[in-house]
Amino acid sequence: MENGLLEIRALACERGDRQLFSDLSFSLQAGELLHVHGPNGSGKTTLLRAIAGLVLQERGEILWNGESSGKEKDAFNRELLYLGHHYGLKFELTGYENLKVFANLSGAEIREHEVEAALRRFGLAHCVELPVKMLSQGQKRRVALARLLLQSSKLWILDEPFVALDAAAVELLLEVIKTHVANGGMVILTTHQAVAVEVGSVQHLHLGQ
Amino acid sequence: MRDLTLAMRHRSDVLTTVFFFIIVVSLFPLGVGPDAQLLKEMAAGVVWVAALLASMLSLTRLFADDYHDGTLEQLLLVPQPLSLIVLGKVLAHWIISGLPLVLMSPLLGLQFGLEGDALLMLMLTLLIGTPVLSLLGAIGAALTLGLRGGGVLVSLLVLPLYIPVLIFGAGAVTSNAMGMGAEGHLSLMGAILLLALVLAPWASAAALRISLE
Repeated sequence: MENGLLEIRALACERGDRQLFSDLSFSLQAGELLHVHGPNGSGKTTLLRAIAGLVLQERGEILWNGESSGKEKDAFNRELLYLGHHYGLKFELTGYENLKVFANLSGAEIREHEVEAALRRFGLAHCVELPVKMLSQGQKRRVALARLLLQSSKLWILDEPFVALDAAAVELLLEVIKTHVANGGMVILTTHQAVAVEVGSVQHLHLGQ
Repeated sequence: MRDLTLAMRHRSDVLTTVFFFIIVVSLFPLGVGPDAQLLKEMAAGVVWVAALLASMLSLTRLFADDYHDGTLEQLLLVPQPLSLIVLGKVLAHWIISGLPLVLMSPLLGLQFGLEGDALLMLMLTLLIGTPVLSLLGAIGAALTLGLRGGGVLVSLLVLPLYIPVLIFGAGAVTSNAMGMGAEGHLSLMGAILLLALVLAPWASAAALRISLE
């Protein structure tokens, strides 16, 4: 993997009239994980969406490898995988079809057995053929998370990825994240669960103080 | 890539649009009475207005489903130009809601006593015109995304924009029937289509980004 470097400089975001955070600066290098803490409404999701480019920041810059992520959108998006509160799945399609659509849109060449392997890894082997709307919340989340295994994105932005998962799946996700970071990937995540995210080098960011 | 976007659509809405179109058009001969000359004169106008309304019907769904299940924000993050994705979605919308109207129109024209030549012309104008409806409608749908009562607002925004297409579309059929030739109307419609094809995806993409903030 080529090196990645995410720099946030003097970032400020507002929601409505309320200032969520201002003058926020940090940088994240390959092989690092950023854990964003903060109470409800402290702007965690807004921060993640701002980094992903879904929300425009009030002030400040987001640099990817020294280039503004907003200007070099395609290059940045190729390295980015954002999973938010919504699953981003089409409920009429099967898990397999959903994953296939995303893989194709992100320009990755993907083979059938890879998709199946990813679903199997997340314990969904028996519901490959079921439309997503027939699955439980946790299973839907697992389908969405299976994308992590399929796309070779460098930067993962995960907003509350542990919600609705059972203990085994939480373990599994932690392991997937560890592997990614160990391979030089970068992860930004938020969670309210008491999950010990212990990997190589973890940065902590506390919002709302 | 576009075929994929197409596959993401579900196919249940198609029939609603088509049946709406058929029923609205069929109501006119019943309501106006069996005056062959009168029916012939108003045929083009009726079919066109029905086509406008039918395409409005499915417009709100164009982005709303993707917005609610979060696929839309994922589409924004894909390393492809958003306007291209929008174009793909509009194309899919046209294939499921516009194309069936074009194919049905000769059958409905028969109800109004139109003859071969006029039927062909009606079909041709709809063929050029309905993609414009989908393209312009996409801008309205993108702008009203996530708003309460967005459906009504889309109609208010988009229907005035449809007026030129309606005038030239119905006008082409009428002037063809009067033996004046419809080339002028048709080339103007072609020009509108090209203009919409270039500008509408770009405008809708910009509107989507704003709506998703």
